Amino acid sequence: MSAAATESRRIGHDDPRGQRATTGSGRDGPASKRIIVGYGFWIFLLSDIVMFSAFFAAYAVLANATAGGPTGRQLFDLKSVAWETGCLLLSSFTSGLASIGAMLRSARIFQIAMAATFVLGALFLGLEIKEFAGLVAQGAGPQRSAFLSAFFSLVGCHGLHVTVGLLWLLTMMAQVWAKGFREDVQRRILCFNLFWHALDIIWVGVFTVVYLFGAGL
Amino acid sequence: MSEAQANSAQQGDLPPGEEGADDGGVHGAVISYLIGLVLAAGLSAASFLLPLTGLVYAPALPVALVVMAIAQMGVHLVFFLHITTGPDNTNNVLALAFGVLIVFLILGGSLWIMANLNQNMPSMTQIMQMQR
Repeated sequence: MSAAATESRRIGHDDPRGQRATTGSGRDGPASKRIIVGYGFWIFLLSDIVMFSAFFAAYAVLANATAGGPTGRQLFDLKSVAWETGCLLLSSFTSGLASIGAMLRSARIFQIAMAATFVLGALFLGLEIKEFAGLVAQGAGPQRSAFLSAFFSLVGCHGLHVTVGLLWLLTMMAQVWAKGFREDVQRRILCFNLFWHALDIIWVGVFTVVYLFGAGL
Repeated sequence: MSEAQANSAQQGDLPPGEEGADDGGVHGAVISYLIGLVLAAGLSAASFLLPLTGLVYAPALPVALVVMAIAQMGVHLVFFLHITTGPDNTNNVLALAFGVLIVFLILGGSLWIMANLNQNMPSMTQIMQMQR
């Protein structure tokens, strides 16, 4: 067989000189369950982000459709939003520390970091609920204008995700307490961390597009 | 290093959210999260303060804010989600690239089409007058 034919059969396979297997089920056989679970959850998160992009697009299109009602400039309180941003960013950091605790199999570090994450996440949620209640109280509820409908859908959807994340967080604390750092529990902790960090990424989009564009410009 | 990590390091693939085995262990992981926190906090603070300072020419503010938001998302991806350009991350990066493509199609496409519609269609009051 000619050298060229041998070469062509190798396309898409491992580089014979390479030190590592290619991605997927390369030289070393199928990937471990941790990789498959993490990758699958990553795909879910990306689809979640695609869903959020539709909410973002709807908001961006409707941002000026205030129907004579209040505009973002009149409604948004940037100081409260800055506090929310700080809480969520710090909670992302502490959940990272919790993942290090899980890596070390230290229940103490894990539980303390997760508790801090919960408190910061709950603070974020409390501030958001307070803001929503204030808006509804001054007649700027979601039924007032297309702008406010889009606002409540987008920010409320993110808030719902945070609520679900907080429930998941408590579940993980309970599972580590009851079952210890089993491999399946470790995989759930990995997925929870991905979820929590992804929520913070979406919040970066929210505070920029909704609050800073709406209030400052 | 946990059993799972040793396993994944040997296999040449990493799940998203997991640090590479050669990044210095626990110490390196904490440092990485700290760097991420400082960078993200700095970018957030800059986003909130920039409109107040007047340092940037006002019509350029939205672009500056979008640039900082994208930079902060990058910081989160690298330091918190550990999506890197390493060979153990190709699958994660490819999935991310596809996600970003769809997000830009949805956002850019919606804004583009709706802006054109607004420009090319008569306003709602005009339509109502025509129907009378």
